[in-house]
Amino acid sequence: MSKKELLCGNEAISEAAIKAGCRYYYGYPITPQNEISAYMALHLPKVDGTFIQAESEIAAINMAAGTAATGKRVMTSSSGPGLSLKQEGLSFFAAAELPLVVVDAMRAGPGLGNITPSQADYFQATRGGGHGDYRQIVLAPASVSEAAELTRRAFYLADKYRIVAMLLLDGMLAQTREPVVINQDPLEDDFDKSWAVTGCKGRTPNVVKSLFLQERSLEEFIEKQLIKYSVIEETETEAELYHTADAEYILIAYGTPARMCRSVVDRYRAKGIKVGLLRPVTLWPYPSRMLRDTLRHAKHYLVVEWSAGQMFEDVRIALGYDRPIHLLSKLGGSLMDIEEIDNKLDELLINQGARI
Amino acid sequence: MTTYTMPESLKNVRTHYCPGCSHGIIHKILAECIDELNMRENTVGVSPVGCAVIAYEYLNLDMVEALHGRAPAIATGLKRALPDKLVFTYQGDGDLLAIGISELIHAANRGENFTIIFVNNRVYGMTGGQMAPTTAPGQKTLTTPYGRDGKMGEPIDVMHLIEPFSNVKYLARGAVYHPNEIRKTKNLIKRALEMQISGDGFSLVEVLATCPTYWRMSPGEAMDYVKDNIAPHVQMGVIKEQ
Repeated sequence: MSKKELLCGNEAISEAAIKAGCRYYYGYPITPQNEISAYMALHLPKVDGTFIQAESEIAAINMAAGTAATGKRVMTSSSGPGLSLKQEGLSFFAAAELPLVVVDAMRAGPGLGNITPSQADYFQATRGGGHGDYRQIVLAPASVSEAAELTRRAFYLADKYRIVAMLLLDGMLAQTREPVVINQDPLEDDFDKSWAVTGCKGRTPNVVKSLFLQERSLEEFIEKQLIKYSVIEETETEAELYHTADAEYILIAYGTPARMCRSVVDRYRAKGIKVGLLRPVTLWPYPSRMLRDTLRHAKHYLVVEWSAGQMFEDVRIALGYDRPIHLLSKLGGSLMDIEEIDNKLDELLINQGARI
Repeated sequence: MTTYTMPESLKNVRTHYCPGCSHGIIHKILAECIDELNMRENTVGVSPVGCAVIAYEYLNLDMVEALHGRAPAIATGLKRALPDKLVFTYQGDGDLLAIGISELIHAANRGENFTIIFVNNRVYGMTGGQMAPTTAPGQKTLTTPYGRDGKMGEPIDVMHLIEPFSNVKYLARGAVYHPNEIRKTKNLIKRALEMQISGDGFSLVEVLATCPTYWRMSPGEAMDYVKDNIAPHVQMGVIKEQ
């Protein structure tokens, strides 16, 4: 029944969202995520879904909040500048404990920046780009197939924890076309939605809100959220380990750069050099404990990132200042050549006295 | 003889509104309309940012508290997901016509089938009496201490803004300075809600309201001011019905 399709990352996310029961999508045009709204505009009406091209990113995220408040699955998407506009809304979702799946197909910033692929929204995604003390789950696919799988997972996690789940992918993956099989099974939908606003028939009224004026009420709300966040850290952290068990050199990367690193690992392993790869799948929660407890043995760590070193900070926090962590960055949406990874790795090897 | 009772859609609690504020009256007639249409258990309201932000403490209904100006976008998302429910937003002048003017215009142009209750008292109340988009020329506020002049723009009339859209089906303006006006305004609100229930499309009722605190007037003076200085200069009653 499941058939193989040739889809780009954006389309795979869209189709996986529909298959996961998402019937509402609100968005505003911005490159490089436009395939999502085009796909939703074409396919949502066929399943009695609703697509609105909103008048702004701000309107889109608030339309999503209205639908999320009814307990129904909803998605929005954007890139860089558009995500910045959505941040007040994302902060509202956190305070109102509403589930949402949001996609950021990263282009380069700051400002209007460049429409070419980047990973420079990492801080905004993982640190809570909006105001206040809150967290959101951030999932980072490295292939079109995984983009589809993680979309499904994002809807599950959003409902399970009443939280925002973001798919953070570089613009390269958003645009890359690969064969993919979309999971056709219905996603479980028996989550408690007794908080939703649906008209107060047979119960006292529900209120979805983000204002906490009573003394200590906001403090108590955040305390409750912190407990939820620690449960998510305990149970939902995910990363892929590739040849790390005996690795002397560990590459750390997510998204498209992680795929480049994987082929680097294969080539260096073939030469007998012990290189491995840690690929975080969840960027929040970050696999910090895995780094700290099981990957401390490496001689050198090389973070390969299409930003000025944003995920680098999480690696530093996990491993501390006494470990040799290096950064290979690519700035401003310029494209990284795989030889750049080789050269940086060779530099580390030569410093260690290795013959290459 | 008419016996006045507490509407079921209104909670029997004390409000935080200032003496002479119109919100209490408008809450009550809105609640009466919802009761009379037998829709209390099938309604979702949206409160704004402004003095009515905690309207859900007074209205006995399912409610969403919107971010500043975003109530029409929230209501869009609600109504699309719950097409059979009665959906309204309750918004002030700053919320609707300054920070939220984009959401208003586009929801109106799409003909979203919900109702906006627009409470226009020409001033920002919650933040201490700043100029609103509807502040009158020459009106003194915290941020127009010498009176509003042309450099701060002219009052925006919401009816002029959205009346031309074919998807806007019902526009009306009322006041609450006298029991007769309250009755008339209640009928306007009820008609807007009835049209929504019939699936006709976008509706908005503006209510000329008071802010004695930031108009620096007594409650009585403020009501008289609406009667003598505001209502005579604008079109009252039904402005558009299609």
